[in-house]
Amino acid sequence: MSLVLDDVKRIAHLARIAVDEREAEGYLHQLSSILELVEQMQAVDTTGIEPMAHAQDVVLRLREDAVTESDQHEMFQSCAPQVEAGLYLVPKVVE
Amino acid sequence: MSRALHELGVAQLGRAMAAGELSSLELTQHLLTRVAAFEHLGAFLARDSELALQQAREADARRAAGRAGPLTGVPIAHKDVFVTRGLASTAGSKMLAGYASPFDATVVARLGQGDAGGQAGAGMVMLGKLNCDEFAMGSSNENSAFGAARNPWNLQRVPGGSSGGSAAAVAARLLPAATGTDTGGSIRQPASFCGVSGIKPTYGVCSRYGMIAFASSLDQAGVLARSAEDCALLLSAMSGFDPHDATSAERAPQDFHAQMLQMRDGATAARPLQGLRIGLPREFFPAALAPDVAAAVRAALAELEKLGAALVDVSLPRTELSIPVYYIIAPAEASSNLSRFDGVKFGHRASDYTDLRSMYERTRAEGFGPEVKRRIMIGTYVLSHGYYDAYYLQAQKLRRMIADDFQACFAQCDLIAGPVAPSVAWKLAQQMDDPVKAYLADIFTLPASLAGLPGMSVPAGFGAEGLPVGLQLIGNYFDEGRLLQAAHALQQATDWHARTPAEAGKP
Repeated sequence: MSLVLDDVKRIAHLARIAVDEREAEGYLHQLSSILELVEQMQAVDTTGIEPMAHAQDVVLRLREDAVTESDQHEMFQSCAPQVEAGLYLVPKVVE
Repeated sequence: MSRALHELGVAQLGRAMAAGELSSLELTQHLLTRVAAFEHLGAFLARDSELALQQAREADARRAAGRAGPLTGVPIAHKDVFVTRGLASTAGSKMLAGYASPFDATVVARLGQGDAGGQAGAGMVMLGKLNCDEFAMGSSNENSAFGAARNPWNLQRVPGGSSGGSAAAVAARLLPAATGTDTGGSIRQPASFCGVSGIKPTYGVCSRYGMIAFASSLDQAGVLARSAEDCALLLSAMSGFDPHDATSAERAPQDFHAQMLQMRDGATAARPLQGLRIGLPREFFPAALAPDVAAAVRAALAELEKLGAALVDVSLPRTELSIPVYYIIAPAEASSNLSRFDGVKFGHRASDYTDLRSMYERTRAEGFGPEVKRRIMIGTYVLSHGYYDAYYLQAQKLRRMIADDFQACFAQCDLIAGPVAPSVAWKLAQQMDDPVKAYLADIFTLPASLAGLPGMSVPAGFGAEGLPVGLQLIGNYFDEGRLLQAAHALQQATDWHARTPAEAGKP
């Protein structure tokens, strides 16, 4: 299955990665060759096989529904690009 | 001490300190000088001599107080995928340049200074953080945003990856041991390329808490060191159940060193592996396997036979399919895991944007390198509407078939052996412009990763241009003790693991 340039732009948008025309051309070639590589997978009959999401089908543990965290927001926000009054700042999204 | 301090391994250093022949401070000073003299290897991304010396003094005080364990005061450095307080944690990415983690990864805490809950650590001294491919995506260390690390056996060759800095530092005798992570071969392949011993345990044995995530159903921590014995000591200290990791295996703490030394039924001093059945999957010895690698691996297998092991012909018929399966599943999980890097809560934020969407897109375009972007885009594509069943679900079904193939093999053998990689370390920049070509070289490490099985790379001599070759050993789930036992027996009978690169002698 090979891609066209518009596919690459759509994927880049879904992945939230800015690409210009020249970069998109490069990705078109590279992503298509990766998809060619994985194509051999389609020839295998997997009817009736249960998908394996995790090694040894590990099941996620649940814990007690209890508060275990203390308030450390200042420490956790110390590595954020922009913070004010305990809030993460981002460009305005609602007028 | 008759040998230079940097020539000694973890077990030897621990014994010398226990006997009072050596202090951690003296050892740490020696290795810090050596690390500084080998900057050209590009193995380190961050170090803090003051912090290391302080930890060494604390280790010596702990020993004086009679509270030292076998690893107390022994220096180590961590792959930069583990977050650490006090030293930047970048995962080799510009996205996390200078990132100061508010906590230590569980593996770091257990080997080092203990956790916030008051659980004591092993007291190892942290010398720094080690170079790796960006977010552990790569097999040459050239995808690091901070420059490639080099192979100490030949500075024009790659050290392998993604734990390339770890392997290079241990091979060059800058450190007795280093941590690594393995998603599709990232401990075993660099260990093979640099001639050191490396183990990736069963998925779930080591906590993933504080390991910057790449592909969560595959990521597993492990260790690179000079010998199987040293790997066993470190793995015992860093593994074990951790409530902070939702997929951590719930088992009692393991003494892998004792398991390694356990006498087999019918074993003798000359034949310690008597009765051990080692399966050789015929797909691991294809015609395309480099002749120098094949010869070295065959020689190591002959040694194992002399030690009492029986070689058995087995088959892993879907070995080649591991490549497409892995290169669907790992990028799919990566595209999800790496969506957290959006310039809001931590890491890089673009300086120039107009709205929220352009902030996300520019931040990620600037922060990620080309291979990471490729994998995020492939992952995004295979998870997108209309393609999920054909790619992701199909890959997960094949993953189960691959895991089942291993179980069929383990009905006929106790361990599986083969090469780690189809060739010795390649030249720097040789595979940079063709990602698919690099993916194909992962063929022998991917199957065990997909199945979640433990695997090792054990030095098995040398191939073309004197470059190291690794023997891969794969065990069944939670059979690390048997893996280490076979590797240890081999290392008692041969000296491949003890060879030092000539380059390492001259800074």
